[in-house]
Amino acid sequence: MQTTILDILEDLTASDEVRNNLDLNLFETGLLDSMATVQLLLELQSQCGIEVPVSEFDRSAWDTPNKIIKQVERLS
Amino acid sequence: MPNLQPYQNPTYFVWLIGGLIPLMIGLLRGKRWRLYETGLSLAFLLLTFGAEKYHQGLALVAYVIFEVALLYLYLHYRQKHNSGWIFTAAVALAIAPLVMVKLTPFIFGKASLLGFLGISYLTFKVVGIVMEIRDGAIKELKFFELVHFILFFPTISSGPIDRYRRFLSDYQTVVSKDEYLEMLEKGVHNIFLGFLYKFILAYLFGTVWLPQVGHLALAHGGFSWWLVLYMYVYAMDLFFDFAGYSLFAVGISYFMGVKTPINFNKPFLAPNIKEFWNRWHMSLSFWFRDYIYMRFVFFVMKNKLLQDRILISQVGYLVLFLIMGFWHGLTWYYIVYGLYHALAIIICDMWLRFKKKHRLPHNKATKALGVVITFNTVCLSFLIFSGFLDKLFF
Repeated sequence: MQTTILDILEDLTASDEVRNNLDLNLFETGLLDSMATVQLLLELQSQCGIEVPVSEFDRSAWDTPNKIIKQVERLS
Repeated sequence: MPNLQPYQNPTYFVWLIGGLIPLMIGLLRGKRWRLYETGLSLAFLLLTFGAEKYHQGLALVAYVIFEVALLYLYLHYRQKHNSGWIFTAAVALAIAPLVMVKLTPFIFGKASLLGFLGISYLTFKVVGIVMEIRDGAIKELKFFELVHFILFFPTISSGPIDRYRRFLSDYQTVVSKDEYLEMLEKGVHNIFLGFLYKFILAYLFGTVWLPQVGHLALAHGGFSWWLVLYMYVYAMDLFFDFAGYSLFAVGISYFMGVKTPINFNKPFLAPNIKEFWNRWHMSLSFWFRDYIYMRFVFFVMKNKLLQDRILISQVGYLVLFLIMGFWHGLTWYYIVYGLYHALAIIICDMWLRFKKKHRLPHNKATKALGVVITFNTVCLSFLIFSGFLDKLFF
């Protein structure tokens, strides 16, 4: 699961920083924005089979690779 | 009975603080005295919407009955079914009163009887709930808390726009004494900063200087340095007036044990326009981001209506800012203001992609340059927004 998520993030951010630092703040660094967030939600749906409605997406709970992994584990 | 508009004069603050003291004592002792709080809320709503403004009060009551009934009906429907058309109809009905209030002066040349102070902000909150019911994020509504959320008096006139689930969790828990003391400290800080912003700085910029500079710019006509000065003075007035109000609303919410989200975070220091919208009128721009932009992008991508992702995001920005423009009012300068910001953010995104691709340098000097460019771009947009150009050229 973790590898899938990191692959998605690396692809979306076009950067391998997400692999090297799992506590990197993706929004403050500008690596993710709302557009990329929606892509992330859609990829999670197609690759991991979990549905995350936009309402459940609270930036502060999804702002680092580690937190995203935790959220996906909680929801799957 | 007197009529007092929120945060407009010292009398309002004296009454407000006086009324809040029992509630604060309760919260300090770990109790939320709901009955008292409800009475206090009603009293302050009456102060604002009573006496000579009673027609607004009646419109408010009718509005709340309509929207609450709509929310319950939609929730009831959503528990068994989930049609996109019914959802769209629910959103359309939720915004219908606001649309009528906005259209009436345009069509009939006079204010609508359905209008009242803060109708936009109440509508944002209600539409947010409709969308979260659709997503299944809200599965039940608590009548008393829902009405209290919609009518939360510290933020009733101009926000900040809170979210139902966030508000509910604050309202249902009473924070520890230490945490509440910290909130009181923040509240006091906000209110005093608000006094500085609204009653000193906004007064100087808006009431003292703006009319003088405006007069000189009009006397000169066309483009002049007075117009440039007007632009900056107006931007400062707009900021200090609204940020001051928002500080009051957040500060008073904190006194009531509710962490209403902040609205401004040093917007004029934003290094680019995208970041500016993360710092300016934040509760509104986040509302537009979460409930319009992200949902639009999600819908388009999921249904594969467009392929090019960059194009999708650009169309999303146009949709967002055009709606924002129309919401401000049906006047050319509000629509142009919306378009201007959509274009600014599209250009900003192009630049950010270019910068990333070519690994352009990023240091203190480039950031400072970014701040200067952003500030001026924004001030120009506010000059459009002010309607002053309409007076000057038409």
